[in-house]
This record gives sequence, C-alpha cells and structure tokens, in this order.
Amino acid sequence: MSSQLRVNPIACAGHGLCAELLPEMISLDEWGYPVLDGQRVPPGLERQARSAVASCPALALLLSPAGSEETQSMRRPAS
Amino acid sequence: MTGSAAALLAAGGRGPADDPARLPRLFPAGGGPAGLADHLAAHGAPPYRGGPGRLIADVAESGLTGRGGAAFPVSRKLAAVAAAGRAAVVVANGAESEPLSAKDAALLRYSPHLVLDGLQLAAEAVGARRAVLYLHEGLITAERLDALFSERRSAGLDEAAADVVIAPPRFLSGQETAVVSVLNGGAALPAFTPPRPFERGVGGAPTLVQNVETLAHLALIARYGGAWFRGLGTADEPGSMLATVRQADGGSAAMEAAIGTPLADLVVLGDHVQAVLVGGYHGTWLPASRAGSLALSNASLRSAGASPGAGVLAALPAGRCGLAETARVVRYLALESAGQCGPCLNGLPRIAAALADLAGSRPGSRVIADLDRWAGQTEARGACHHPDGTVRFVRSALRVFAAEIRCHRQGRCTATSGQPFLPVPAGPAGDDDWRRP
Repeated sequence: MSSQLRVNPIACAGHGLCAELLPEMISLDEWGYPVLDGQRVPPGLERQARSAVASCPALALLLSPAGSEETQSMRRPAS
Repeated sequence: MTGSAAALLAAGGRGPADDPARLPRLFPAGGGPAGLADHLAAHGAPPYRGGPGRLIADVAESGLTGRGGAAFPVSRKLAAVAAAGRAAVVVANGAESEPLSAKDAALLRYSPHLVLDGLQLAAEAVGARRAVLYLHEGLITAERLDALFSERRSAGLDEAAADVVIAPPRFLSGQETAVVSVLNGGAALPAFTPPRPFERGVGGAPTLVQNVETLAHLALIARYGGAWFRGLGTADEPGSMLATVRQADGGSAAMEAAIGTPLADLVVLGDHVQAVLVGGYHGTWLPASRAGSLALSNASLRSAGASPGAGVLAALPAGRCGLAETARVVRYLALESAGQCGPCLNGLPRIAAALADLAGSRPGSRVIADLDRWAGQTEARGACHHPDGTVRFVRSALRVFAAEIRCHRQGRCTATSGQPFLPVPAGPAGDDDWRRP
C-alpha cells in the first residue's frame, strides 16, 4: 500500500532535517519550512521517508496511507 | 408537516408552510424583533422527533449547507456526530468575526428563538446533552440573553442543557477547531486535524459546530420539511441565505435572499462603483461589470474564481484606491494570524508590507514578483484556511486593480478620496486576548 507524507504545520519549527533526509520529495521554502511535492511515496523511498519521519525533532512529519482521512482532511471545508 | 404547523394553519393563519417561495424566512414577518410569543405564533414549539438521528433524513432532503462560509452539507456533519454513538455537544457558532459581516448579529437580534430552536433540534438529532451558544461580547446584552433562556425554560422548550460562552475578540475565534479549544478552556487557536471536532471535540465528546444561521434554517426544515426548503434557491444550492451588503454610499444592511439571486439585485451597481468584494476579507475582488453578470451562488461565482462565503458583498466606490483598501485589510489579517504555522507567520506580514509598498507612490520594481512568490509559499500550508483566504483576496486585488498598479508605478493614484472605506477594527488586538473574557 502506498503512503503519503503530511506536515503538521503547527508542530513544525522549521528544523529542516526532513529536507536533508528526503530531498527527492521535500524542499524548504525561503523561511526554512518544508514544502512537500504532494506525491505518494514511491516504493524505493519508503525507507528514507520513514527515517525522515522518525528524525523530525518536532514530530511534525507524518506518514499515512494515501487517501486516508489524515492526508485528505486538510482540504475539507470547516464549518 | 408537523403537528404545530398544522394546528397553526387550522386556526386560519397562512403560515410559512403555505408559501415556500416567500421571503423572508428567517427574519420575522412583522419587521421588529420576534419575542417568544411572536415566534410561537409564527412557528409553534420546536418539533422534537423523539430520538437521535430522525431529523437527519429531512435535512439531507433539504440540501442545507453550512452558512458560515464553507457550505459543507449539514446532514453529513449531523450524521458523523450522531454515528459516534456517544453523548455529543452542539455549538451554535455566532462568533461572526468578519468586520464586513453583520448577518449573524441581525439574526440573533431579530430571530433568536429560531436559532435556539435549531440548536435544540440539532442537539436531539445527534444525541447531545449540552447545547452551547458561542458568540462575541456585545452582540446581545447579557440581560437579553438571560431573558431569552429563562423564557424558554418557563415554556419548557429546551431538552438539552443550554449555556452561553463568550468568544475572544479575534478574527479566528469562529474557526471550528478554535471554537472547540475555547470551550475546552484554551485559547481561540485553530488546531491541527485530525481529530476533527466530530470525532473528538469539547471535553473529548463528538462535537457539532454549526453557524447560527444554519441552525435557524434547520429549525424551519424540522417544521416544514426538506421539500419546502427547496422552494427557494437552485436545484444544486437550495434555500435562502443571509447576506450583508455594503453599498458604495457606505450604507450597510443584512438581508435574506434566495440562492441564485443576481448580485445586481443586491448591490447597487453603476459608474459610481469600480469593484465588488464578494465573500469578505477571505473573498475575491471582482470588477463591477463582471459582478453585474453573476449571481449569489457557488455555481455562478465559481466561474469568476469567487464564492459567496458567508454572504458578504461590498461595493467599492469609484474614487477610492483599491490597493490602499486591500493593503489596510491585509495588514489587519496578518495581525490576526494565530502565528502557529511558519508559512502564515512569515508570509502574511511580508505580503502585507509589499501591499503597503504597492499602495504608495512608485513601488519597488520587485514587489509583484515578491507577492507572487510569497503568496505561493503561504497558500495551503496552514492548519486553518486563514492564509488561503488571505492569499485569495490578495491575488484578486492584483488582477482587478492592475490598472491602478500601473498608475502607482508612474507615481500617480486615481483616488480622489483617501478616506478608508472597508472597515478594519481599530488598533491591533493585544496578544493577551485570545482567551475568553
């Protein structure tokens, strides 16, 4: 099953480790905060993705099954 | 039709059930604020269904969507909270923070019992024991609130325990997860989701947060049915909605209109209007000529990259600088960022400063490129939609006021009056007022 990355932007403090560990999928904006490429994690990068998630000092990088509520809900309208 | 509405008709009066196309639905027919006696004479007591879940099919048939701005289907939210199968909490959200909007305040002043009926009926529908009215201070006096609840108690109208919580005076106080945070004793700050409030909200209970206007519509649907509700509006977007319209002469009024009403029927357009702001400060500027060909519905406004939001329309008069107006509002929006998410915290102040430069004489040559880049870096990267709405507003200003930008580059401004037009609360709110008073 493919998975998808997501950042918790409240928890993220812009350490930038994720972009160093997974430059194929994550870049940094000019303020140092991660920009995800929005793609599903390809099988060949699963291990690096898990390592990036585990290395985030703020526990702000999340990996969840693609299409799950965790990855979809950002765009769901509020009340 | 419910028993109370049938009884009313049998007594000879022509009730709302007779004429689904009649407006207003939400405001009292008599013109003045409806007291409890007026309300009961017009609509009868809230028609409880005797158990959770039973009202949801009617709401689904009606096609009612949330009137707080996002237009999410109400029956789906009700079903999600009811499905949790635990004692829920229902919140009537009257924290109308948008400076241009006054429709929720008008509704609470003129038809408070319709809102409170809707709150109680929604509470029954989802199995809630607690029903909260959440609103900004000063919207209704504390004495009036006490009187409202005590007369409902005397009449035995309420099934769920009702209480009032005052919202902190911030723009984001009405954001759904911020509402839950305040009710949990925290600050009015948006939260990362999931969990969504319907999964885990106030005190950990599944929580339904609905705008006060949405609940007033629900109170009517419970009485007159889903098909009745569809007697106004379009097939895809049924019913009526409240709008707050600020005309170019500065006059402002809350009004109820069928969804699909031409904007030209609501806003006085003409040579004296240069642009129309649709959807408020998270909304979209449109050239006046374009606005004149559109209607108050998501389907119509989508073609112009806009949406009705919470029904705010504002006509910017000719002779004012759209760039100066936008810059002033965006400065306010930047100050109202919760400051929790890096892209919003960094992006909005820079965007606001660039707009202030653009609003002045001979802006820097890189300002448009900076704005484009910062807008892209800020959008869709927050826990809430504050950065997205602000960026939408800014981008529309750059499109609609492009000719004005060219003037400013040459050191000229077409405005004949520098007096601010769009309202912005005086002075930035302090850092200590994110909590309830």
